[in-house]
Amino acid sequence: MSEPSRVEVPLLNMQVAEQSRRAPAPMVAKAPAGIRRFLHTQTSGAVADRAFGGLMLTCALSILAIVVLIVVMLLDQSKLSLHAFGLKFFFRTAWDPVSGDFGALPFIYGTLVTSFLALCIAVPLALCVAIFIMEISPAFLRTPIAFLTELLAAIPSVVYGLWAIFVLVPMMRDHLGPFLAKYFGWTGLFGGSNFGEGFLTAGIILSIMILPVISSITREVMGAVPISQKEAALALGATRWEMIRMSVLRNSRIGIVGAVILGLGRALGETMAVTMVIGNNPQISHSLFAPGHTLASVIANEFTEATGDLYLSALIEIGLALFLVTIVVNSIARLLVWAVTRGKPVAAH
Amino acid sequence: MNLKFAVAIAGLTLASAAGAQSLNGAGATFPNPIYSKWFSEYSASHPGVQINYQSVGSGAGIRQASQGIVDFGATDGPMTDQQISEAKVKLFHIPTVLGAVVPTYNIPGVSGELKFTGDVIAGIYLGEITNWHDPKIAQLNPGVTLPDHQILPVYRSDGSGTTYIFTDYLSKVSADFSSKIGKSTSVHWPVGIGQKGNEGVAGMVRNSPYSFGYVELIYALQNKMSFGSVKNPSGKFVKASTSAVTAAAAGAAKNMPNDFRVSITNAPGADSYPISSFTWLLIPLKSADPAKGKVLNDFLHWMLQHGESEVEALSYAPLPQPVALKVNGALNYLK
Repeated sequence: MSEPSRVEVPLLNMQVAEQSRRAPAPMVAKAPAGIRRFLHTQTSGAVADRAFGGLMLTCALSILAIVVLIVVMLLDQSKLSLHAFGLKFFFRTAWDPVSGDFGALPFIYGTLVTSFLALCIAVPLALCVAIFIMEISPAFLRTPIAFLTELLAAIPSVVYGLWAIFVLVPMMRDHLGPFLAKYFGWTGLFGGSNFGEGFLTAGIILSIMILPVISSITREVMGAVPISQKEAALALGATRWEMIRMSVLRNSRIGIVGAVILGLGRALGETMAVTMVIGNNPQISHSLFAPGHTLASVIANEFTEATGDLYLSALIEIGLALFLVTIVVNSIARLLVWAVTRGKPVAAH
Repeated sequence: MNLKFAVAIAGLTLASAAGAQSLNGAGATFPNPIYSKWFSEYSASHPGVQINYQSVGSGAGIRQASQGIVDFGATDGPMTDQQISEAKVKLFHIPTVLGAVVPTYNIPGVSGELKFTGDVIAGIYLGEITNWHDPKIAQLNPGVTLPDHQILPVYRSDGSGTTYIFTDYLSKVSADFSSKIGKSTSVHWPVGIGQKGNEGVAGMVRNSPYSFGYVELIYALQNKMSFGSVKNPSGKFVKASTSAVTAAAAGAAKNMPNDFRVSITNAPGADSYPISSFTWLLIPLKSADPAKGKVLNDFLHWMLQHGESEVEALSYAPLPQPVALKVNGALNYLK
């Protein structure tokens, strides 16, 4: 089924693209000449070009400078803790401000587990929402649904947190939790006492928060797939799902991965809503009902009242850990993309 | 009355002499409502004087005041000896108002007020008392039918003076708590769930059946929450109130050290509420700018004369008379 389409589709596409390029060409070619003549009388193009290039270079370099400054500041401020615990800081499980014993592992674990859970829930949902809006939805529903998904992105995280405390937590405690424990308890992921707050609740609230990011970018990417590709697939007798799979999803997979990485970035750094529902207890537990803690939430919780230099320094090193976790996770995600897409030509471009 | 008049006159002359004076302070969040009220009233009655206060937390208040970044600090827990010796600016503790921490709970079917001891509360947070049916709780509350259900301890996840006062008290009454958890603005809780802020803990307790938590007295009073009474060293179960807190401070006043760095948790006295504490302003012994030192000194006099009478309206407990007198005497040494 997929063999003939792969051969035919790019050809069709090229022809259409060439035609459309040819048609407006004369008009485009005529107009700039006049503008250019006008511009030449006004100013020196060379100076303007160079100034513009320089300005853009400065802007690009400023990003680099900001990242470097952040790293330097984090390293400098966490010196005390780096000296006291060394690199083992990232693998220690203790967090005891009273005796000055600090380690980042429970927080790294919490951050990774909640973000991973969020992706597991949000990615399939976001993809389905995007596919529905772009390909299946009747036209009159398209705008309201797209608007509503984007509205989700505009809600402040503290509001998500409040909603979670008053709705999601009791639901988790009284209905969803017991259900999971009863039917999926054998996985070992849903053991122990369930108070409604913990990794799973935090993962669910995060998934709702990253859903609009992933789905709206995915929608944009899907919208960029040439209509000729879809028509070609349909013309070859593909069903609607086959058309979506072969021409839409295949062509936009890199963009979708980009959307997922953006969503992951938000999940890793999200603070307020998570801290309201995760239970804030730095422990590593295999049960998703257990309370945990994340890197961002421990900083938000303890920074203002941190007494003692080592304590403060350890909290800043937690910031460094968050920075490193983000870099490592993003690198792994990009490596995965590279490994998956390597050697397979992207049909649309 | 005479003194009041004299102070007012002195304040007016000072203000006019000093011209526009702007002071910056930072620190504890717990006394922020009363400090904001005081500073705005003081500024209104002293033209040209502007006192700004940022409630950034006790830890940040101590740091910024010690380094001279702000003109004065504020804290809920007294500075440690090490912090005092390392401070660039030598600071003096001035107690201003009192706060207390109350135990709160949500047990379906139990409507009456429960009684607790420090040992029982420590046991709950250490994970040793895990069930409401535990004989240690039942023994204190004869006649109350306690359910056979697991206790969910709730604590403050953010560093706070509330946690400091609470753990300070539990460390005093329970050796186990002192060695396993200790006292600090944030500690490592072996069991339970953490919530941010008084509102977080209160919300969690309200929404979770069979939970137990601790919140600031003011928060509990203003939100009309029910809370339990705690046994004081005299053996009496006292329910927290502004007068019971002031009584605890009065009980501690006899042994008040000259630098006012004193913990009044578990204070003696028949009516003392045991989980009470002062909150302090951190005033430089010698202000870098003498004019600012004068304004601060004048403000502190004003606070003792006028300010203290306003605190109860905001549910804070005022300083007991002997402590106020002692503070008044100490102000002479500040420059």
